[in-house]
Amino acid sequence: MTEPASRPDPDALLKRVEEAEAKRARARLKIFFGFAPGVGKTYAMLEAARRLRAQGADVVVGCIETHGRPETAALLEGLEILPRREVAHRGIVLHELDLDRALARKPAILLVDELAHTNAPGLRHAKRWQDVLDLLDEGIEVHATLNVQHVESLNDVVAQITTVRVRETIPDAVLERADEIELIDLPAEDLLARLREGKVYIPDQAARARDNFFRRGNLLALREIALRRTADLVDVDVRAYREEHGIGATWPAGERIVVGVGPSPSSARLIRAARRMAEGLRAPWTAVWVDGPTPLGRADRERLEAHLRLAESLGGGIARLSGDRAAEAILTFARRHNATRLIVGKPTHSRLRDLVYGSFLDELVRRSGGVDVHVIAGGKVEPLPRESDEPEREAAWPDYFWAAEIVALGTAVAAAVDRFLALPDVVMVYLVAIMISAARVGRGPSVFAAALSVAAYDFFFVPPRYTFAVSDTRHILTFGMMFAVGLLLSEMNRRVRARERESRSREANSAALYALAKDLGAAADAASVARAIALRAAEAFDGAVAVLLPESDGTLSEAARFGDAALDARDRGVARWVHEHGRAAGLGTDTLPGSRASCVPLRAEGRALGVIVFVPRAAGHAQDAEQRRLLEALAQQGALAIERATLASDAEAAQLRARTEEMRSSLLSSVSHDLRTPLAAIEGAASALRGGAPGLDAGARGELVETIYEESARLERLVGNLLEMTRVESGSIEVKREWVPLEEIVGAALDRLERHLGARPVLTALADDLPLVSADPTLLEQVLVNLVDNAIKHAPGGTPIEVSARATPGSVVIEVADRGPGIPPGEEETIFRKFRRGAGAAASGGGLGLAICRGIVEAHGGTIRALRREGGGAVFSIVIPRPPGEPS
Amino acid sequence: MSGVDPLVLLIEDEPQMRRFLRAALTARPYRLVEAATAAEGMIAATSHNPELILLDLGLPDGDGIELTRRLRTWTAVPIVVISARGREADKVEALDAGADDYVTKPFGLDELLARMRVALRHARLSASANPEPVVTIGSLRVDFESREASVEGRPVRLTPIEWRLLAYLARHAGKVLTHGQILKDVWGAGTSAEPHHVRVHMASLRKKIEPDPARPRFIRTEPGVGYRLRDPETP
Repeated sequence: MTEPASRPDPDALLKRVEEAEAKRARARLKIFFGFAPGVGKTYAMLEAARRLRAQGADVVVGCIETHGRPETAALLEGLEILPRREVAHRGIVLHELDLDRALARKPAILLVDELAHTNAPGLRHAKRWQDVLDLLDEGIEVHATLNVQHVESLNDVVAQITTVRVRETIPDAVLERADEIELIDLPAEDLLARLREGKVYIPDQAARARDNFFRRGNLLALREIALRRTADLVDVDVRAYREEHGIGATWPAGERIVVGVGPSPSSARLIRAARRMAEGLRAPWTAVWVDGPTPLGRADRERLEAHLRLAESLGGGIARLSGDRAAEAILTFARRHNATRLIVGKPTHSRLRDLVYGSFLDELVRRSGGVDVHVIAGGKVEPLPRESDEPEREAAWPDYFWAAEIVALGTAVAAAVDRFLALPDVVMVYLVAIMISAARVGRGPSVFAAALSVAAYDFFFVPPRYTFAVSDTRHILTFGMMFAVGLLLSEMNRRVRARERESRSREANSAALYALAKDLGAAADAASVARAIALRAAEAFDGAVAVLLPESDGTLSEAARFGDAALDARDRGVARWVHEHGRAAGLGTDTLPGSRASCVPLRAEGRALGVIVFVPRAAGHAQDAEQRRLLEALAQQGALAIERATLASDAEAAQLRARTEEMRSSLLSSVSHDLRTPLAAIEGAASALRGGAPGLDAGARGELVETIYEESARLERLVGNLLEMTRVESGSIEVKREWVPLEEIVGAALDRLERHLGARPVLTALADDLPLVSADPTLLEQVLVNLVDNAIKHAPGGTPIEVSARATPGSVVIEVADRGPGIPPGEEETIFRKFRRGAGAAASGGGLGLAICRGIVEAHGGTIRALRREGGGAVFSIVIPRPPGEPS
Repeated sequence: MSGVDPLVLLIEDEPQMRRFLRAALTARPYRLVEAATAAEGMIAATSHNPELILLDLGLPDGDGIELTRRLRTWTAVPIVVISARGREADKVEALDAGADDYVTKPFGLDELLARMRVALRHARLSASANPEPVVTIGSLRVDFESREASVEGRPVRLTPIEWRLLAYLARHAGKVLTHGQILKDVWGAGTSAEPHHVRVHMASLRKKIEPDPARPRFIRTEPGVGYRLRDPETP
């Protein structure tokens, strides 16, 4: 038995092809990669650019920071330099890459320094690498420089080594997108020497960091990281090559990593660690979050969302689970997805909490079974800013006032009943006051109420009365307990409210999604889907929502809008960008954050299907994470529905095309038969007569002449029908209504058919009380001619054709009946289709006659039906409505 | 008859049609002048002074209807229009502009010759200014002097408007008359009557003179155009 030939995995190959295609479509990105400032990235890039220029390439400098180095400046000589865009920001003028000018200039290659640079506010993108992606999308090859510490996934490692954390990072995906990475290497000693010679530019504000950063040990470590990262990327290429060529399976069997994340800032580190591990193992990975019983505050939720986004941007999957016990939920997920490794953070809380609640980690490890559990240090977590995670409204002064009133009321009640009660009972009255405050107003006023109660109780009731002095220390305990009860109640109340709010907002979200799903079920086309999305989104958010769909020429047009704010040119600009790039932009995002509107793309299977534009009522009021998620969910559902609708209409169009195709082929066969037959007869007869036709007697000659005449008439009918059909089809049929006596039309029709009818009897039975009909006499005559002609064709010669008409209250009914073979069952409808011919139709008009009749009658607002006639034969029944205003 | 064959001006741009008509007409007692465009036609009409003009409505350099109007400003020569089917509005317009009759493409030669004969006869009659006192079409007899009509010898009782209608048709027997012309000449210019009034009275007239009004023998309907009393010379 032979081994099956080593064949590449089709899926992997497909992916490879897609990537190659995408790369071809996208321009090349070349990154000059260094491990520290000063290694000569910009210099190397410029040198390469000069070489390309010398070879005739269209190289333009987008932005280069020479940092005053004369060698670098010298290299700029002779290169075309794009003017920088000047942006005034806080009193200083920043010189930024002018994206619009670069796009307009559209050079073959653009040089862009410092890929990780953060743009000045007000520019289109927050980050320069986003500008670069735009340039690449436009087919401009970009050469850029980048240092290792700016790579997102290496950010932590570098920060650990150097203790300097850089804020400007680029997603790893950008680095991976690079078609070529040139590592600019320099031994650490040489770099230090350059630094001493003052050849390395250090921004002033970073001078403090310099001493930490430029230490030999650091530089060696950074260099190693840079080299390894480059090697990894090369490895990716090699792997791609191997997959493409089906060289042996080196894929470690089915590793899969799951990392548990939460709102804690240390989760970002976990995510980066998971990515590094996943890279090393070449394993897919997923970040999961377990939504427990305690609701998250606003700040926590936002951090959590940021972490999940980070995971996504690093190429991981994300999953939101819910469950009371986090360990159980994570393990269930891990097993279901065949995860091999689980990464969780080291606990930072005290053992006490584990004793009370049970240890998450213990449970996880004990029940993990075959899954490896990696516990990773959370790192030194800066204490969270103890921001109030209380999204509820600020307690207003009226609340304090209200709390004071309640206490005052309590005091009054207590005073009224004082003489019947003992002191502990008075305490109860105050407790009631505190409870009411806690239930009604926020924490501040509740605590205030508790404090006030204590004070009032002390002052009014505790002996000695009307002083704050306390004679018995027992009362101090009472005070403390009163206060504690107040605090506890208000805290409980706060939680209940938070939970309630959370579930309300979730309920609202799921209600919106449910409503949308219901609408979408009923929406048949993209426009109604757009209306449904706009309606539901406008209901869910405070503002106007518009849905833009692309026209056939690619421009976006407003398909639906709810809310007052009409879109202006700027909103449309943002929407266009979003549509073209498939990424969200505008208010609340990294791209064009200064916009008034927030735009989310409608995308399904990589196809851009449209854009949702949200304009908040309060200007600049961005949506929170929860609302953004809802908007994205709406967009996702909507995109699928639009795609379904377009697919349906595509299918319909395809069906129509197929029908047209079918019609065309039947037209061809019909034309070739119906046109050629009379033509052949005419040509044959004419050629026989040509040249005097010696040898033909007068009878034969007459026969030939008659053939020519009859066949010409047949051709004329066919051509007439084709023309008529074209008019009916194109909708250009113009009904010139007049009030006509029906007998005039019947007479004209029979007159026209006189020759054709020959000796065949025609019986007309027109009721005496027939009103004038409102019709186009020429067209209605055509209908009758076609129907009678049809009867002549199908009914045997000598059998009578009957034309009758009668009036009903709302219409006039005209019938043409014959004693032919009748209509085969089931074909009462199909005979009205084009190129349909009844069996045995000898002389024919190409199967168009009845289709024309239907077209004309329907243009009159009437109906035509074919019926089986009692006693044999067919009846064609036309009903023409009687419009008001009939002359008597 | 003048003894000389009538001169016919044929204005037609299609060479095949000209060839066919040349062959057909010159074999009969007609002389033929041909023109391929409206401009040539105008020149030929002034220089040859034809007795009849055959005019194709679709000419490359202009509208046959316009040419008709211009001819009518200075000549009463009978004009028979040749037109394609389905252009009823054009026919009506041409007739209202002063054309005498029309034939629809494709047409039989017999039909064309009959129309030409009718047109020539009408021209001669109106030139003599002495109209025939009686018109007979088969069994239908219209006597203008006694203002009486009869079918198969039986007198027909007509209302005044029916009489005027029948007399007008008989006066122009064989010639197509548009609804507009009938309204103008029978009801009088400036009438408020509408085309359906013509139809209604025509229907009642037919009931009185036609044996089967649904298959009329005397008054033919020209769909979309008007009516024509059958030519007394054709059976």
